[in-house]
Amino acid sequence: MPDQVLFALEVTINGLMAGVLYALVALGFVLIFKASGIFNYAQGVMALFAALTLVGIMEGQVPFEHLINATFGTGIHGFGWQVPAILAIVLTVVVMVIFAWVVNWLVLRHLVGQEPIILFMATIGLAYFLEGLGDMMWGSDIRTLDVGLPQGINTLVDQVTFDAFGYGLFIDNLDISATIIAIVLVAALVAFSQYTKEGRALRAVADDHQAALSVGISLNFIWVLTWSIAGFVALVAGIVWGAKSGVQFSLSLIALKALPVLMLGGFTSIPGAIVGGLIIGVGEKLFEFWVGPLVGGATENWFAYVLALVFLVFRPQGLFGERIIERV
Amino acid sequence: MSMTETHAPSEQQAETEALLDVRNIEVIYNSVILVLKGVSLQVPKGGITALLGGNGAGKTTALKAISNLLKSERGEVTKGQILYRGERVQDLVPSELVKRGVIQVMEGRHCFEHLTIEENLMTGAYTRRDGRARVEEDLDLVYTYFPRLKERRRSQAGYTSGGEQQMCAIGRALMSRPETILLDEPSMGLAPQLVEEIFGIVKDLNEREGVSFLLAEQNTNVALRFAHRGYILESGRIVMDGAAADLRENPDVKEFYLGMSDEGRKSFRDTRSYRRRKRWLS
Repeated sequence: MPDQVLFALEVTINGLMAGVLYALVALGFVLIFKASGIFNYAQGVMALFAALTLVGIMEGQVPFEHLINATFGTGIHGFGWQVPAILAIVLTVVVMVIFAWVVNWLVLRHLVGQEPIILFMATIGLAYFLEGLGDMMWGSDIRTLDVGLPQGINTLVDQVTFDAFGYGLFIDNLDISATIIAIVLVAALVAFSQYTKEGRALRAVADDHQAALSVGISLNFIWVLTWSIAGFVALVAGIVWGAKSGVQFSLSLIALKALPVLMLGGFTSIPGAIVGGLIIGVGEKLFEFWVGPLVGGATENWFAYVLALVFLVFRPQGLFGERIIERV
Repeated sequence: MSMTETHAPSEQQAETEALLDVRNIEVIYNSVILVLKGVSLQVPKGGITALLGGNGAGKTTALKAISNLLKSERGEVTKGQILYRGERVQDLVPSELVKRGVIQVMEGRHCFEHLTIEENLMTGAYTRRDGRARVEEDLDLVYTYFPRLKERRRSQAGYTSGGEQQMCAIGRALMSRPETILLDEPSMGLAPQLVEEIFGIVKDLNEREGVSFLLAEQNTNVALRFAHRGYILESGRIVMDGAAADLRENPDVKEFYLGMSDEGRKSFRDTRSYRRRKRWLS
């Protein structure tokens, strides 16, 4: 096989892996949007906050360390222990659930029945608040996150493809684990929403708030649940992205990568988020590979948006967006 | 009943045990719009009570005040009391009320469009804690009352017909094992034949399952044929009440709600002014 084709294949596979990561972020948006009609601007910051919390707990950092030291003149510097990754992840999930509950209690509860744009504004406020909170709790240093996911080139793939084609494909182990994690996560989410009572209630709320209330579904509970799940998805995205490129402020900008994915896949569709993520991942890598050299490179920054715009023009509801069911 | 009713209970309540007792409630939307201006009504156990009146009379508001769905529409009960089994219920959240056996079927069906018919029905059992087997039994029961739903059980509710959606909405409410169903405008947008069918099932449910109904309807004719008692609501006030049979024979009801008079049907040109004849308004 000619090298060019093999190289394109490698680019495609890497694009798929990157797409999985985009899909993970987009998924968080879709979940909240479906259940409550809120476009949660804070999703990216939630991923950052979750990752920061995870690192902080793992390294035995004391929350609000600087603040405590500055106020009381103490010199605390960490608990001096290390928490194993699994336990730290569980604790972080607990923190995200508490966060969901607080958001619902302080903000959403009071905005029931308001226009979507008002709720959207509320989430913008929330995003900046959470950014500051993360900063204050865990500091603003760039951290490395290592929960034990394998990293580096997958030697097996390299070896096998080298023997077969005389060219070893470079596939990162981290990308492979990210893909597996994403598949498990999506399968779990689908199973939850299709086969459990709470999942059914969640879909019911997404369809009709009033009717859901009338059959005795508690909107408060469902919203806490949705935000908890979105917090969990944010944590997973934070872990994977954090392991790839460190935990730092720019992590919250992955939300910007999710936007074109949402436009492409539709805001209300979980399969849409996944397929949209994959298309954009592969699309931008291949575009960079073939067209990039002709225009001086750096196409990855804008390609996804252009693709999304084209979609907006011809298919505004996205690939898998809801066709609106209406009957008289 | 008179407005000067003091708390001399016993005799009245003894003969028809009032399950739901609404006492002189006032409802205001958005803190400014007064919709109900002192409405009192009783729903006896095991009866079908009709709440009649034209557009904008306040029927839906009255029902939502009882089921506590008002709050999500920025309405509130500012005066009066709503008692269920003698207990004040107007501060409860809707899910608490559902657990106590009061559930509303909203006007315009409000099925969950993207859920299948069966999933819709199952959401009605959301508040129940008595185990899967009992819920399955009730699902079968709903299917015996609404065989058509069984045929469509796997269809998305959004793609079923209006009649099927109305049945789905009633069936969904039944899944909560209710004692009282607040049924809002079941005839809306349905063919007369289908309206008959649905009211027939409501009557069956009432007689065989012992479910009490409070029924808000514009279709006075059908409602009074199936109900035991009726209240007539007009611009936020109850203007008349009585046994359904009496209301059907009442000349004013005949003329203004059923479109008949002693001389038979009349042209609109000859209709007497409504205001002048409204002698029962205080």
